[in-house]
Amino acid sequence: MTAETRKIVVTVNGRRHEAEVETRYTLADFLRQQLGLTGTHLGCEHGVCGACTVLLDGLSVRACLMLAVQANGHEITTVEGIAPVKTELHPLQEAFRDNHGLQCGFCTPGILTTLIEFLRDNPDPTEAEVRVAISGNLCRCTGYQGIVAAALDAARRMRGEKRG
Amino acid sequence: MKPPPFRYHDPETVADVVGLLGRLENAKLLAGGQSLMPMLSMRYVLPDDVIDLNRVRGLTHLREAKGALEIGAMTRQRDIEFSPLVRTRCPLLNEAILQVGHRQTRNRGTLGGSLCQLDPAAELVAVAIALDATVSIVGPKGEREIPFAEFPAGYMMPALAADEMLTGARFPQWKEGHGHAFVEFARRHGDFAVVSAAALLEEDQSGRITRASVTIGGTGPAPVRVKEAERALVGNAASAKLFREACESCRKLDATGDVHAPAAYRKHLAAVLSRRALEKAHSRMGGAGR
Amino acid sequence: MVSSGGKVQGTSVRRLEDVALLRGEGRFVDDISFPGMLHAAFVRSPHAHAAIRGIDKTAALALSGVRAVLTLEDLRPHLRNERLVVGLPSPSYKQDRNRPALAGGEAVHVGEPVAIVIADSRYIAEDGVALVAVDYDPLPAAADCRAALAPDAPKVHSGAPHNLLAEFSMGYGDTDKAFAGAAHVFRESLWQHRGGSHSIECRGAVAVHDAIEDRITLWSSTQMPHAALRVLVDMLGRDENRLRVVTPDLGGGFGPKLVIYPEDVVLCIAAFVTGRPVKWIEDRREHFIATTQERDQYWEVEIAVDAGARILGVRGSFIHDHGAYTARGVNLAHNSAETVTLPYEVPAYRMNVKLALTNKVAVTPVRGAGHPQGTFVMERLLDLVARELKLDRAEVRRRNLIPAAKMPYTKQLKTRGGMQVVLDSGDYPKCQEEACARAGWGDFRARQDAARKEGRYLGIGLANFVKGTGRGPFEGATVRIGPSGKVHVYSGATAMGQSTRTMLAQIVAEQLGGDMENVTVTTGDTAAIPMGIGGSNSRQTVTAGSSAHLAAKKVRQKALKVAALLLKAAEQDLEIVGGEVRVKGAPDLKVGLGRIAHTVAGTPGYALPGEVEPGMEATEYFVVDDMAYANGTAVAEVEVDVETGAVRILRYVLAHDCGRILHPVIVDGQILGGAAHGIGNALYEWMGYDENAQPVTTNFGEYLLVTATEMPPVEIIHIESPSPLNPLGVKGVGECGVVPTPAAILSAVEDALAPFGVRVTRTPLFPAEIVALINKK
Repeated sequence: MTAETRKIVVTVNGRRHEAEVETRYTLADFLRQQLGLTGTHLGCEHGVCGACTVLLDGLSVRACLMLAVQANGHEITTVEGIAPVKTELHPLQEAFRDNHGLQCGFCTPGILTTLIEFLRDNPDPTEAEVRVAISGNLCRCTGYQGIVAAALDAARRMRGEKRG
Repeated sequence: MKPPPFRYHDPETVADVVGLLGRLENAKLLAGGQSLMPMLSMRYVLPDDVIDLNRVRGLTHLREAKGALEIGAMTRQRDIEFSPLVRTRCPLLNEAILQVGHRQTRNRGTLGGSLCQLDPAAELVAVAIALDATVSIVGPKGEREIPFAEFPAGYMMPALAADEMLTGARFPQWKEGHGHAFVEFARRHGDFAVVSAAALLEEDQSGRITRASVTIGGTGPAPVRVKEAERALVGNAASAKLFREACESCRKLDATGDVHAPAAYRKHLAAVLSRRALEKAHSRMGGAGR
Repeated sequence: MVSSGGKVQGTSVRRLEDVALLRGEGRFVDDISFPGMLHAAFVRSPHAHAAIRGIDKTAALALSGVRAVLTLEDLRPHLRNERLVVGLPSPSYKQDRNRPALAGGEAVHVGEPVAIVIADSRYIAEDGVALVAVDYDPLPAAADCRAALAPDAPKVHSGAPHNLLAEFSMGYGDTDKAFAGAAHVFRESLWQHRGGSHSIECRGAVAVHDAIEDRITLWSSTQMPHAALRVLVDMLGRDENRLRVVTPDLGGGFGPKLVIYPEDVVLCIAAFVTGRPVKWIEDRREHFIATTQERDQYWEVEIAVDAGARILGVRGSFIHDHGAYTARGVNLAHNSAETVTLPYEVPAYRMNVKLALTNKVAVTPVRGAGHPQGTFVMERLLDLVARELKLDRAEVRRRNLIPAAKMPYTKQLKTRGGMQVVLDSGDYPKCQEEACARAGWGDFRARQDAARKEGRYLGIGLANFVKGTGRGPFEGATVRIGPSGKVHVYSGATAMGQSTRTMLAQIVAEQLGGDMENVTVTTGDTAAIPMGIGGSNSRQTVTAGSSAHLAAKKVRQKALKVAALLLKAAEQDLEIVGGEVRVKGAPDLKVGLGRIAHTVAGTPGYALPGEVEPGMEATEYFVVDDMAYANGTAVAEVEVDVETGAVRILRYVLAHDCGRILHPVIVDGQILGGAAHGIGNALYEWMGYDENAQPVTTNFGEYLLVTATEMPPVEIIHIESPSPLNPLGVKGVGECGVVPTPAAILSAVEDALAPFGVRVTRTPLFPAEIVALINKK
């Protein structure tokens, strides 16, 4: 059969896109291949590793578990949309730099989007709460300690406090 | 690991869904996608048609009616998690949902999707059994309601005709001040339970148990109510000894083992977790222990 | 960023890698695309062992969007050799089992590649794979490495005389005498299993054939691009000038990505045959079944001690699951045997090792590379001695650890390359003392007793390790100052998340101005430097770092010499700060690095000033044959739920010594990451196969990786015993966090369950087994 396609309109990182997508294509593949936003990574394609996590209308979701057509009419934020401008990093990203929160960087985009949502909804978390928040993201490099430290540091910065 | 080709449908009404199911021979319903998408990507299922339920109207209600919580099939697990109504009126459901997967999966996953997937270790399925939930099913002949206990027809097989869909569930409420606990043993936070235990208790003024529900998930194809344990509890005063002895009957459950947990271990966990669940439920009676 | 005085080495500077990665602007192999690029998927054997009677491509080729389907037959005209001959040399091989580019007459493990489908998209390629009809004739499979050695076992390879891939013996001293005269002899049988690497990025490659230059470039997720290139030269019959292998950003490696695979070879041919770039990205299921991993070892060991618990000898044997093919060598088993006695004075040692073929994917190193297993054996034996002789476990070790005064300490063992094992430096007793002090070893019994009265079961365990790092023979670096004034470093090292770029920039910036932002680093590219070995064995800081250091020092000397001429000053009065050379105390007297580079770039007809050489660069290949031995002591505290068998790690302390520390935070990150792998190996990870050698754990729901909620608080103590073997005094650290971890944790579990008389003789250990052990009477 010829590939079935649908036209969709989706806003990604604040920019509106009209596209024609194959109905079986995942949201992750659409973002990576059709929009060229390769920051969202594929680690398992069965919804466990979290490397593909993006924000759908502000809520973290696994982009490998959504069809691109399901994003029609919605707003997506990917890792590329986290930094406010090209010359600055988001405080969360700065905190990752300062706390060795990444090594190979492959799981990082999914962790950043997860934390963007989490810190927005939980501006003053405990360490235990941070660990639960990222328990759906696998990292094979860091042992998570730097990531947790970065998240707590970011929360402080975003609350406007000086570094402890 | 990419999905195979299929025709995609996104109907807007339940009637449209039923119509599609009636004429398509090899169709799958797509709800939250947290179960179906991995199966499609691994090509464990090869549907000719995928019917996306995410635009269907009228399936996302969450309300109290006639002493029960009525929840639509497409209600997101996230909404159940954050619902004050669920937390106060059906605390067992609230406690269980916090152990379902992770934030990212609960943001998309639905009640109906989990109930229809009937994973033997699924927390929401165990809760539905524990609470004697009923489910609404709509087909070409209209709507019917059945006890959820009759919904699992076999291993991961719901009692749905090919042209029917689940539209919602009703969770009858227990008396105010009842005790509840959902306890599971999982290898890691958010994993499917190896074994889960759900306990509900009501007591009279003298401390005698008047009603008990003990549900074990993960031993067989569907969660089971441990009736023998419930009978041993009702009419007696709650005590650690009573709970321990009553829960021994869990060791008689039929259990299937697999590479991850042998049958004998699952039965053992059932006895341990049900006891812990009863103890916790009892400690929360009258609103205490929250 | 510039630090005054150029001192960046030894400080935890921010990494150069981070900004791009944080912005999602990394370039991993799946992020690379070319116009007209096609996508590949492999047809893989669903059988552990089967004869292949025929392959029918008709239906696949008829599918719209499928461009080509290639089998071994199609590859033959493009192959000089059909098999990847990659085994590290060893006299112990009994048979050669090299992987074919694609399976020919038989498939010998589930997941073995049989054909490649090339299509317009990966989606269509997978559709095509489902349509390739392979006529398999299933054959009996050998699933267990012990059973595989029985005379009547099914042969992993049809027609082979037996399944013994290799066998060797290692040891020294007179074990017979030691055991015969010993006051005590204790015996143990141990099962050890590791698992897969499961870097979050799977494997992948893009092959591009440039028709004009007739050059094939393979962008590959490989840890060893130079080695990969040499294999491609052998396989494809192309010379090295018409091949290039590049490693882009790598999403973790941990060992299996150092192997070169059939898929890499096939992809190159696919690009050549189709005339288009071809991409193949491994999916996670493929990673489970077709990427190498570590699996089972079955050990029978005994230890002889005198009345004072001093070791007289250790001996035994083990059987090692090698998988169906040799994808690396006997090194893994060799490492395990070699490591057993390292931290301790052991007068006599003998270990007999058999490597068995099985119908499963090949076994090659995963982070730790056999060392965790050797460590586990020794630490279990010492715990056994302590229990039987009713001595404190730390005390038993104290009596046997090699004291600092005896360093460097010669072990009567040889590395796989035949080098003497000489422990170069380290204070093992001090490491143990510090770890135990931090962990509260001395106070623990009181806490344990108090907890038991409350019905809680706490346990403490410790493990010492010594691990060879910095494996030679060399790694290279070119350091060059360009006319722009930028400092460029080119190395055969390969980055896979362990901060190679920052490490090299730090070392070079230390000599050349201290501004790391002024240093560019190129690694993992065969076109950038002609020779290289790459990432494995925790070797790159020692080897590439030393090369970069020596090369940078040479460039520094050259730069100062030219600057002295230009500034008419004495060399000793000059310093390099940021991008300039200036006179100390007279900062206005300065010349930029770029100008210096221009000066020695050559102007036609004009002599170079002074007697300087052309160019502002130096290349060093630091050669080292002896390994630098890192060491440490881990102490774990656990609580066991005796009703469910759940283990919670309450605390993990690791005192470690990786020589001089160049970047404390990066070192900690390596230790923490390694500890996570070790915790996985102790409690969670099992790559399961059934009795038909069918994999039964093939997704992340069935195979458990540690998440943030399973990690305990980890405390790291740094001890620095510089290595005398390299100019930096460093030792490797990348794998060290793994090595003692299963031993320490399972020692703690055994300690917690002492009231039940439980003995832990396996890793991993799961809750169901713990409950069974408790209930065993």
